[in-house]
Amino acid sequence: MAISLEEVYKIAHLCRLEFNEEEAKVMVEELSRILDYFKKLQTLDTEKVNPTFHTLRIKTPFREDEIKEFPYIEDILKNAPQLFERMIVVPKVVKAP
Amino acid sequence: MATVDLKDLTILSALKLLKEKKICSKELVEESLKQIKKIDPLVKAYLYVDEEGALKEASKADELIQKGEEKKLLGIPISIKDNICIKGLPTTCASKILQNFISPYDATVIEKLKAEGAIFIGKTNLDEFAMGSSTENSAFFPTHNPWDLERVPGGSSGGSAAAVASRMGLGSLGSDTGGSIRQPAAFCGVVGMKPTYGLVSRFGLVAFASSLDQIGPFGLTVEDTAYLLQIIAGYDPRDSTSAPIDVPDFLKSIKENEKTSYKIGLPKEYFEGEIDAEMTKIILEIIERLKSKHHIKEINLPHTEYAVATYYIIAPSEAFSNLARYDGVKYGFRAEAKSLIEMYKKSRALGFGKEVKRRIMLGAYSLSAGYYDAFYLKASKVRTLILQDFLEAFKEVDLILAPVTPTPPFKIGEKISDPLQMYLSDIFTIPVNLAGLPGISVPVGLTSNNLPVAIQVIGPHFKDEHVLSLAYQIEKEVNMKFIPPILKN
Repeated sequence: MAISLEEVYKIAHLCRLEFNEEEAKVMVEELSRILDYFKKLQTLDTEKVNPTFHTLRIKTPFREDEIKEFPYIEDILKNAPQLFERMIVVPKVVKAP
Repeated sequence: MATVDLKDLTILSALKLLKEKKICSKELVEESLKQIKKIDPLVKAYLYVDEEGALKEASKADELIQKGEEKKLLGIPISIKDNICIKGLPTTCASKILQNFISPYDATVIEKLKAEGAIFIGKTNLDEFAMGSSTENSAFFPTHNPWDLERVPGGSSGGSAAAVASRMGLGSLGSDTGGSIRQPAAFCGVVGMKPTYGLVSRFGLVAFASSLDQIGPFGLTVEDTAYLLQIIAGYDPRDSTSAPIDVPDFLKSIKENEKTSYKIGLPKEYFEGEIDAEMTKIILEIIERLKSKHHIKEINLPHTEYAVATYYIIAPSEAFSNLARYDGVKYGFRAEAKSLIEMYKKSRALGFGKEVKRRIMLGAYSLSAGYYDAFYLKASKVRTLILQDFLEAFKEVDLILAPVTPTPPFKIGEKISDPLQMYLSDIFTIPVNLAGLPGISVPVGLTSNNLPVAIQVIGPHFKDEHVLSLAYQIEKEVNMKFIPPILKN
């Protein structure tokens, strides 16, 4: 197999996903088939080739550091899972000493 | 007032009738809503129909038309793929993780359409987060092809293509990352275009793969499609990948190039691949008819066979990054959990579907330490080779003709259990996104079991007007109206 069960669990953690054993085994099979297919790229000589990350050749556009109105705060808060006044409630992230 | 027969209308013809006061927007929108009530229980193109909003806008439009107001889409009902944000309406991306998300703002393309008086009749179904080629990956339900309800409409913009084909709205916007406008357009017998990368703003399009995504129009005709593209195209300072160029007048170009003879290339590698025989016959017949006016020759795109592997490394890698934001914190589905990391993992495990998870995993793997060079960097280099193939070809020819899909629309369930099989069916559309070129799908015929067949026109960067011009010539040569049998009852 191109990828092992252990690697699937490791990658899942990087993705902040979780799988039960059955799901992980299916992932091993499916990803292995796909990763095997990717091997064909190794047959190409790309030693002298530059990568293309964007097909549009432009420089990063900058904007002026001007204050603009942002009227969407209420609309944004409407989508929050849990609110306390105008703050979004999240699980505790800092352990008390 | 003339009665509205949706089978006879296009955006341009409807605008004329509205201007001449032969029909009114209220009638047009009411008929469209009636059509949705009649046909959509079978086709299931829509995730959300805004009946109240659409009728309200129709009344407003009629008032403005009475006053002599002339806006480019005033009173015209349009559907929008559900990964494009309309303020106050849901944008679910056909995912459980965004099931209850209401857009807090309008996408740039929506602002532009609103400014021209367009009426948004609803949001259409898609493969979850635009990942798929059949709309079977929608977390809610699959959409059915109006030409044969047992078959897929294509994907990921399957809902948009099916809606336009079924005359549930006169046009639509979709998104195309690896073929997601062109392929469903081909499967549903409508016109669908992916513009040059950078021509249309991505602000307000939920990102899948940022260097590949583009929003584009669906229409019943090439002119309708060009007309929609004209309105949504243009530089947007809110999209840092937006091209700072002037948008040509597409309809004017189409008219000016009605008799233009083009140098057209047929990629050897595309036509010698495994394509359905009947489809090939239909496509080659149309190409034969074009030979009397155009100079058609064989060209080479030697790295074609590497395109699918290249795409399925790059797109998932970019998706891995773009979908990291769905963490249950500020919006979207949040699972019950005792710790932060558990909240992230549970929310994403429960909120994302199988294909999305597959691609996030592929992306993570390709970018991870020890694999980055062999996978992501390698694929990015092969991307250069694929781009160079096209640039070389365009030294010899003006435009390229190609199939859109290797087969006619397949049956629902046929490919869903084999992800790799599904990926391989994107062979003719993927290279166009990797290179950032403009591409359009135009219907050219029907198979012996009444399924649409289409041809693809591909052009050089920012020659969208010529892609549209050749597409228009092809449409005139074909001279067929594509009406799914479901509408004839």
